[in-house]
Amino acid sequence: MATVEVPYQETVPLHHPKTWIGKYIFSQDHKIIAVQYGITAMAVGLVALILSEFMRLQIAFPGWEFMNFFTADHYYQAITMHGMIMVIYLLTAFLLGAFGNFCVPLMCGARDMVFPFVNMLSYWVYLLSVIILMISYFVPGGPTGAGWTLYPPQTITPGTPGVDWGIATMLISLAVFIVAFTMGGLNYITTILQARTRGLTLMRMPLTVWGIFIATFLGLIAFPALFVSAVMMLLDKFLKTSFFMPAIVSLGSKLEYSGGQPLLFQHLFWFFGHPEVYIVALPAFGVISDLISVHARKNIFGYRMMVWAIVAIGALSLIVWAHHMYVAGMHPSFGFFFATTTLIIAVPTALKVYNWILTLWRANIRITVPMLFALAFVLTFIVGGITGLFLGNVIIDIPLSDTYFVVAHFHMVMGVSPILAIFGGIYHWYPKLTGRMLNDTIGRIHFYFTFIGTYAIYFPMHYLGFIGVPRRYYETGISEFYPVAAHNLNKFITIAALIVGVSQILFIFNLVHSYFKGKKAPANPWGANSLEWCTPETPPRHGNWEDRLPTVHRWAYDFGVPGEEKDHIPQTVPRRKAS
Amino acid sequence: MRIAYIAVILFLVTVGSVVFNFTTPFHFDAIGSNWELIDITVYITFIICGAAFVVLGLLMAWWVYKFQYQEGKFAEYEPENATLESQLTIVTTIGVVVMLAPGLVAWNDYINPPSDAYELEVYSKQWNWMYRFPGADGIFGAAHNKYVDLDNPFGMKPGDKYGEDDILIVDKTVKIPVDRPVKVLLRSQDVLHDFWVPAIRAKMDAVPGMVTYFWFEPIVERVYEVLCAELCGRNHFNMRGEMHVVSMNEYSTWLNDQVTWAGLQAGAVPLSPEAALGRDIANEAGCFACHSDDGRALDTGPTWLDIWGGTVELDDGTTRVRDEAYIVKSILDPHAEIVLGYTTTMTTVELTEEELQSILDYMKSLKSEPAKQETTEENDSESTAPAPEVDSTTIPDEEP
Repeated sequence: MATVEVPYQETVPLHHPKTWIGKYIFSQDHKIIAVQYGITAMAVGLVALILSEFMRLQIAFPGWEFMNFFTADHYYQAITMHGMIMVIYLLTAFLLGAFGNFCVPLMCGARDMVFPFVNMLSYWVYLLSVIILMISYFVPGGPTGAGWTLYPPQTITPGTPGVDWGIATMLISLAVFIVAFTMGGLNYITTILQARTRGLTLMRMPLTVWGIFIATFLGLIAFPALFVSAVMMLLDKFLKTSFFMPAIVSLGSKLEYSGGQPLLFQHLFWFFGHPEVYIVALPAFGVISDLISVHARKNIFGYRMMVWAIVAIGALSLIVWAHHMYVAGMHPSFGFFFATTTLIIAVPTALKVYNWILTLWRANIRITVPMLFALAFVLTFIVGGITGLFLGNVIIDIPLSDTYFVVAHFHMVMGVSPILAIFGGIYHWYPKLTGRMLNDTIGRIHFYFTFIGTYAIYFPMHYLGFIGVPRRYYETGISEFYPVAAHNLNKFITIAALIVGVSQILFIFNLVHSYFKGKKAPANPWGANSLEWCTPETPPRHGNWEDRLPTVHRWAYDFGVPGEEKDHIPQTVPRRKAS
Repeated sequence: MRIAYIAVILFLVTVGSVVFNFTTPFHFDAIGSNWELIDITVYITFIICGAAFVVLGLLMAWWVYKFQYQEGKFAEYEPENATLESQLTIVTTIGVVVMLAPGLVAWNDYINPPSDAYELEVYSKQWNWMYRFPGADGIFGAAHNKYVDLDNPFGMKPGDKYGEDDILIVDKTVKIPVDRPVKVLLRSQDVLHDFWVPAIRAKMDAVPGMVTYFWFEPIVERVYEVLCAELCGRNHFNMRGEMHVVSMNEYSTWLNDQVTWAGLQAGAVPLSPEAALGRDIANEAGCFACHSDDGRALDTGPTWLDIWGGTVELDDGTTRVRDEAYIVKSILDPHAEIVLGYTTTMTTVELTEEELQSILDYMKSLKSEPAKQETTEENDSESTAPAPEVDSTTIPDEEP
């Protein structure tokens, strides 16, 4: 572990913008780009949130006059847009685009990303992909209603809403997003590998950076699979190639396809789609590790294990994709392999959970708002993780796949959990980003509504899956598998969802209000050790550091070191001579 | 010490989840097939995962409560504990193996149907189910989507000798004998579908262009509702079927009454050129995805048989006379008036005047008993209203 004597960026001059537009709009400053990513992702996430409320109203109150405008087509378009926006345009964009941009250079002691111009382009291309996606709602026929998994042949045959234009805007938007992600991703990896300051060895990096690092690797490997499947599907749709399309008779008409294989798309999609879960989860793991350690005033337990767990999970996540396809009709022997790899991945994941909880043991826990979100994350993630052990075990997936058990599982594990990590991260880093503290009381109220509300939505929802309520049903009607009690449970879930939705206004209000009226933040309000808290100014200026980049002498988790004066030692403090 | 509300909340959420689990009525319903091993694996997983959840949840609550912040206090400094970490790894690995092993054993059973299983083909299309038995020779005739047309709904390969005796069930209801293992072969005409009966536990997607399968042995005589479990377009939620598990005798009697492919070809009544034209136009417009023209009651839309004349009850409680004006309006503006018992998912189809007229002429010709129809037209709204119980494969020849 050699230290870099002269950090790369110490010798590279930074071009400071001279105009307001250069500073705040077409900015190459990673912190501004992080904010741009964050605001765009939250705005588009709000659209997805509102769509989900309409879906919930339809599920709980079918036939209610207020919902008359919401036809089956609207419902299927809403589930598709909700899923895609949340997974790609909110979670991926926020965790990597916002947290990645903000944390990587600061935590690595760099002035900026290695390629600031490409980094700026990354945001603008991402914005373009969001705009193309939103145009879906204004094209003839509306957005595609094929479900976020976009399974062909359904995606491009007439029985599906949005088959003329909506599917094109969706696929083009995804392709553009992947271009944006690639530009950002190359930056994160290069910056982490090349621009760490002197003394910051890989095994001294905060776990947030580790999570973002491995997640970006996964993204660069996985997203191309989605890119090619989007291109192939566009060719199938508009040039009548038959990559995914066998000979079919659709609603009475013979289509011009033959010889294609729908399962090929599913393999490509999930080769992207499963790592995507970890593209979202790994940065969240990292953020949570740092939050728990800082606010529990204790070193993260088993740091090296945590790093290797992230690496192992990342590697394994590339060979588990077909566990999404147990009932898809692929060769049945695949079931043995993918069930085994999937359950193996549970071991490093469980170790991470143990280590978070063991970090609480004999800690000195400050129950701050970020800590509340971190604790809620751990409990939510436990539920999402163990229900994954149900679905990963191929034979249990057979009765439960395509039911609300699956919906509840993935919302727990990659919906609510990463959102809680994002909230925790925002409450944690907002003071450094803006120089002001978020309002604590509003933060706590927002937390309890969000945590208890989402748990009330998704924990009982698993059980609807056991009685066989299928997902993606616009209306269930009167059926033996759908008793009155289940209908009442759905009403309860919808009310909880509405409360959670409305309570997010508190969060937005807090963000805006505190920006102008919040308490002035000290440089290091939480008493944390990692480099972002050691900047000479708060908020850090363009370039982050003085002429000389900081020097790192230790890991980021020196909390409660015996014999020291303070309960935390920042990474920049030299080690004492060994006595 | 201050009360840490979050510790209380974590405790209550953990305990509440356990209480919910034991008090909720929502668990697997009584199993209707041989797949007890699935239920056992679920049960084992429930115990292991449930225990892990309770232990971890309670530890968190307890430690958050116990180790709250005290000014000047230092946390214990212990970066690593190799012994503890390896013990936890071993315990977790054992737990995973105990869950995985029965799962893989069950999966091995699931993908290897017993040699005495008979075969049933489920042919799915937007948005209903059809079924085929191999007939007397026990071998399915070759079939392919490219052969599908209105008179060959299964896409039987012309001239294939194994196909002539295949029994074709152009209806959403199938009957199967109890206590006999059945290998279900799945084909699709258009998009992905998934044949699913929750109480049977088993399911598999139907994929166009290939044949997939699963097997089970029904153990209870019962009527089951069949669901489509794979999103298949705007009427996915309406794609229902029925599976009757019956005694061997009842099954044999029923099967004998069904038409073979040879019989279907021989019995086809030639349509007048006008009717044939109307039927073709309606077919290409996609009408038959949701409506039948032979009295079969689909969940997606009213049958066209006897649709002309009589009255119909709408979902707002009013009734309409089904005259030409009503039917034209229903085609051109399908969301304006909806028949009681249906959800509208119908899209507007672009039709020329001539095409619309052809379809109307075809609809007019669809009478179950043409001779009587003129006189009973005013009174038979009962029989033309949706009749969910109808499950025969042929045109019903008895009218109330």
